[in-house]
Amino acid sequence: MLLATAMASIFLRDLFALVMLFGIFSLLTASFFLNLDAPDVAMTEAAIGAGISPILMLGTLALIRNTSAPRVKKTIRATMAPILAVTITGAALIYATLDMPYLSDPLAPAHNHVAPRYIQQSLQEIGIPNAVTSVLASYRGYDTLGEVFVIFTAGIGVLALLGFMYDASGRRYSQFADTASLNNHTILHVISKITIPLILLFALYVQFHGEYSPGGGFQAGVIFAVAFILYAMIYGLEAVYKVVSMRVIRLTMVVGVLLYVGTGVASLILGGNYLDYGALAHDPVHGQHLGIILIELGVALCVASVMLSVFFNFAGRAAVPPDAMEEGDKST
Amino acid sequence: MSHLPALQIVLPLLAAPICLLLRKSSLAWLLALGVALCGLAISIVLFHRTLNGEIISYAMGGWEPPWGIEYRVDRLSAFVLLIVSAIAAVTFAFANRSIAREIPLQKHSLFYTALLLCLAGLLGITITGDAFNLFVFLEISSLSSYVLISFGRERRALTAAFQYLIMGTIGATMILIGTGFIYMMTGTLNMADLALRLPGVMDTNTVRAAFAFLIVGFSIKLALFPLHVWLPNSYAYAPSVVSAFLAATATKVAIYSLIRFIFTIFGVDFAFGEMPLQVILILLSIIAVFVGSLSAIFQLNIKHMLAYSSVAQIGYIIIGIALVSAVGLSAGILHLFNHALIKGCLFLAVGCVFYQQGDATIDNFKGLGKTMPWTMAAFVIGGLGIIGMPLTAGFVSKWYLVLAALEHGVVGMIIIISVLLGSLLAVAYIWRIVEAAYFNQPEAAAIERGEAPLALLIPTWILALATIYFGIFTQLSVDAAMQAAQSLLGGK
Repeated sequence: MLLATAMASIFLRDLFALVMLFGIFSLLTASFFLNLDAPDVAMTEAAIGAGISPILMLGTLALIRNTSAPRVKKTIRATMAPILAVTITGAALIYATLDMPYLSDPLAPAHNHVAPRYIQQSLQEIGIPNAVTSVLASYRGYDTLGEVFVIFTAGIGVLALLGFMYDASGRRYSQFADTASLNNHTILHVISKITIPLILLFALYVQFHGEYSPGGGFQAGVIFAVAFILYAMIYGLEAVYKVVSMRVIRLTMVVGVLLYVGTGVASLILGGNYLDYGALAHDPVHGQHLGIILIELGVALCVASVMLSVFFNFAGRAAVPPDAMEEGDKST
Repeated sequence: MSHLPALQIVLPLLAAPICLLLRKSSLAWLLALGVALCGLAISIVLFHRTLNGEIISYAMGGWEPPWGIEYRVDRLSAFVLLIVSAIAAVTFAFANRSIAREIPLQKHSLFYTALLLCLAGLLGITITGDAFNLFVFLEISSLSSYVLISFGRERRALTAAFQYLIMGTIGATMILIGTGFIYMMTGTLNMADLALRLPGVMDTNTVRAAFAFLIVGFSIKLALFPLHVWLPNSYAYAPSVVSAFLAATATKVAIYSLIRFIFTIFGVDFAFGEMPLQVILILLSIIAVFVGSLSAIFQLNIKHMLAYSSVAQIGYIIIGIALVSAVGLSAGILHLFNHALIKGCLFLAVGCVFYQQGDATIDNFKGLGKTMPWTMAAFVIGGLGIIGMPLTAGFVSKWYLVLAALEHGVVGMIIIISVLLGSLLAVAYIWRIVEAAYFNQPEAAAIERGEAPLALLIPTWILALATIYFGIFTQLSVDAAMQAAQSLLGGK
């Protein structure tokens, strides 16, 4: 299935269908991850790959107003070089699998070095049942900090490239390009009114239950943002804009990352190493709890606001008539 | 004091989001500059502490390695940290006036945020002792450098950034695949721990493939021929400060990571004994020297020219590393340092020209010897450094490179000949500018515009003077490079 989807997406010329295929590909990958007993990763893949990235790609399609890839005659060199590179890479990957430990082999090195401690002792050392969250948020919490900064940087990138299309009051965000048609769909209105609160509730559940079951800040942030995006698509950007303006989003983005970095700085000031949550409270396990809740909150805030900011910047562009857009380019 | 390794990275990470909230350009600049100067101070202290061979280890989150992430400062990483933060301090000082004419005002705080993120990413790659953490910070630095390049004034900056993004992402993916493979075979991500556990599983296809993926990935990042295609346009269309900052640091940090993986993690015996790495690297580097230098001669845009010259200079560094002798490796590391200074100086000088003339094609340089004497003098010093004239830093590293090559018989002779020819070609491309600047009459408009402001000249001259200083008083840089090379090769 995965292969078929991948092959189909290479030969397909209709970009709209291509976006859908990407979504399907991600969903399949997510089920793969689930099969491999990695529900946390599966959830992230489903939320990001199948949830939000097709929406962003559709937003791009709405911007370029062209849904089929142009047929370009390519030189032999231009087609052969990528094929050669892909073939070599693929061959190397297959070559590498020959000596790999078998799937779920209990003797595989990956299960026998650092992992046993994570599994056996994380409950005593950190005190939360989901070992994945322990590793993500505490043992390797610094990596997660880095990942949040990767997302933050991506947000900065979109702001730098697409931002500044609105005036101070944000008046230019009138409507998502195609929402005029959606505005009159009663069914969509009713269904979205039922589902959006549920989505928000689910996001909060994923956020706060992340210590006990799969989930956490990344997934929750994306799901949270999706609710807003759904609302924006059906009721227009202005309606969402009344709740969260670009300025607010920019602020929450910063607050999110600062919460994470700040937790680290706090543990530094309280005498621990950087991001040593144990220093945050008298009881180390209690401190770990507090630290993880704080940083997960930071992650969710940052992820949700970056996703929203990316979407708003795409959608806001589409709302500007083409001639106004050119003016905007000149002025920026 | 014991938290200095963490602070080195956390300060720019902390400052970057705050920068986004600062509406005033000058405030954002002051914050960025302040952080860069603090970073420089920290890296000097770290460098000083590692001089006697001490290895500073810092456990992130208080979890001892290999369970947690370790920051590990040894001689080599302290040296590279020093290079990156010194260049950052100088170029950030240059930024304020320079971007005033290149980037619209409302984007300035975003620009400084991206700049700080890039700095944090580059320092993070250098200081970490964890293979996956390296990848995370590589992503931060790459993403922010794509953003920084896209700030360029011309719309071609966008295509350049996009091309870099595609190439860079492929490189990063390969690095991730390689890291995944070695984790799969060893169960650890800590570099020191990997070095202990890898020998047991060396003789497997998976480790060999991992090695290949990592090498190719880093070669894209460091722009080794023929994977350099992203570099010239990116450096040419980026804002002047960004060109100077990235040219002097980004490829250097990628080279550092390559050295780290080859010498610390996989070990010399595996990398050069079992894998045919030496032949490949030396061959490609020699081609890089020629292709880079020859292309540089034909460029009309001077930033393009300097970018191609970087491709050639990276060739020299990799030749030094691939010789695998103590002298060769230290020549490589030394040239990494010297080239950062020289290229930084050249790009900043071009930045001054860009500031005054509005562009940096060869025509813009006509008669500048008279109208912008200080800028051109700095450019000439940098140019002499690139050529490798005695009394400049460029000479010292090429000298050691030749010394190292002498130990290698026929191959060594070929290397020496290509180094000499490469230097001759460098004379050709630098001379074109000198001729335009000193043997032409300035245009009336250029006379009116006059010399670049002091705020731009001072950072440029700091690097120009450093180029001369490290060409005459070589002890500091040569000792640091020598010792770093020796500890990499196993000696104390």
